[in-house]
Amino acid sequence: MAVPKVMGTEIEYGITVVNDRDFDPISSCVLLVNAYREDSPEKILWDYDQENPLADARGFQVEGERYTPNQQENIARNKTLANGARYYVDHAHPEYSCPEVTNARDLVAFEKAGERIVEISRREANAMLPAGAKLLLYKNNSDRKGNSYGCHENYLMDRRTSFKQIVEHMMPFFVTRQIYCGSGKVGSENRADPCDYQLSQRADFFETEVALDTMVKRPIINTRDEPHADREKYRRLHVIVGDSNMSEFTIYLRNGVTAIVLAMIEDGAITRSLSLRDPVRAIKEVSHDPSLRAELALEGGGRWTAIQIQKEFHAMALRWAARPDAEISDVDRDVIERWGEVLEALERDPMELARHIDWIIKKQMIESFMERKGLDWDSPQVQMLDLQYHDLRPDKGLYYLLERQGKVERIVEDSEISRAIHRPPEDTRAYFRGECLRRYGSEVFGVNWDSISFGIGDDPIKRVLMAEPLKGSRAHVEGLLDASPTASELVENLRA
Amino acid sequence: MIQGLVNPRRGDRLFEVARAAGGQQQKQRPKGGGEESSGSGDGAKKLAKKGGELKEEMDALIDEIDEVLEENAEEFVKNYVQRGGE
Repeated sequence: MAVPKVMGTEIEYGITVVNDRDFDPISSCVLLVNAYREDSPEKILWDYDQENPLADARGFQVEGERYTPNQQENIARNKTLANGARYYVDHAHPEYSCPEVTNARDLVAFEKAGERIVEISRREANAMLPAGAKLLLYKNNSDRKGNSYGCHENYLMDRRTSFKQIVEHMMPFFVTRQIYCGSGKVGSENRADPCDYQLSQRADFFETEVALDTMVKRPIINTRDEPHADREKYRRLHVIVGDSNMSEFTIYLRNGVTAIVLAMIEDGAITRSLSLRDPVRAIKEVSHDPSLRAELALEGGGRWTAIQIQKEFHAMALRWAARPDAEISDVDRDVIERWGEVLEALERDPMELARHIDWIIKKQMIESFMERKGLDWDSPQVQMLDLQYHDLRPDKGLYYLLERQGKVERIVEDSEISRAIHRPPEDTRAYFRGECLRRYGSEVFGVNWDSISFGIGDDPIKRVLMAEPLKGSRAHVEGLLDASPTASELVENLRA
Repeated sequence: MIQGLVNPRRGDRLFEVARAAGGQQQKQRPKGGGEESSGSGDGAKKLAKKGGELKEEMDALIDEIDEVLEENAEEFVKNYVQRGGE
């Protein structure tokens, strides 16, 4: 049986200040992250001891400097939030890494909570800027001038699953899933062929098939081997090939379907190899073809469209879910059903999904605007529509405008998103992390995904390890927490 | 180009599935979407009326987008420059 697909996303936001000649992205990020004060204890370190971004999943260690900031810089750049998320400065972008969740529906709530958290801090930080200056944040992945920033997904995998198998099956899957995961982009960049409009924000930036890098020569499959869990048992697949999505429905499918395909690999349910002859070329061919008719050369011969390849994965998923011993969650069943319907609709006419899939929602909005105003794809206003679709301000962001007007499908309720801002998921170790911050915030010394350490009085720092992503759930630790009014009692009770 | 926004063929099939399955909580029905298309005798008349309403609705939406769209789009997009991340 596949291991539970515990998952999360890391979103880097685009940041700019208008009417400020001295705009510096890094100091603006520090200002932004520190402006967030809602139930966030102030001085907690991010525990870099546990990190090793230079380990490669193919089994070796890459040479390089590991980043460890000094204590003051660490505190200034890192916030761990009561919902279990990490909100921090990553190079020149603010980044929100959502807490670990067990299913795509919760993922939507916690990723959307991230948008709200960044917007709350944007408002606070903006008030500290000189009059006239305006701090703006965008949940997209490109400035359309050749600079890209990421949306990374993480999925818990069984260490016994060979990385070679993951690469074989996920390569054609990732190249083709953009037909329902893309956020849409006007034009092309990074020396890709010119086009009016494409499915993905990111496809133009992928230059190689498999590698450890994320910032240069980006690979379709990233090999970072940093499980943030028991490394004997698990790996964490770090997926860098996706777009930041605004649409809840798109986020739901992106993470939901990907988790299912990964579980199928672990269960040996991918019975047919769909390897592409040239994935790096194919990812751009798919992205640059909104008609979805482009045919991709398969390694075993023949040419298939992205829809055909996805339909083959879907057919295998139906068989996987129908196994007599299959234990399929309600969310996974729902994802499989909607995935199939989306593929049928894409085959008939992609515009049927103009309420569901980001690249189609955006395309229809832009084309309607162009038609009415007599504009073409090169018009600055069209480029502005593309950018402003991702604007985090509720009154200015065009995605939010469409949402208010009921023009897009929702997956979760507003109340679920509000709750996810302040409270952790209840069925993973994020519950323990979030609750410790809420209950014992002033005595929490440092945090990482798989540990939390306490600095109680003059005692030596005590680190609690959380190597099992599903341990530390509410069912597992609420009694313990309730029986421990102070951090010191918690540490005592943990020892007992 | 605007027909996809409330496509009668879509018939909200995807949305019905969404409501039937999965969620721990009831889904909210979005405002303005999801009207059933009528298959009865006066269906054509209704659809024609709906077409008119749709056009108006779309026009209103475009106006609203136009209102909030940043001024000086050319300069705005030119100045939006990021450092690569990740």
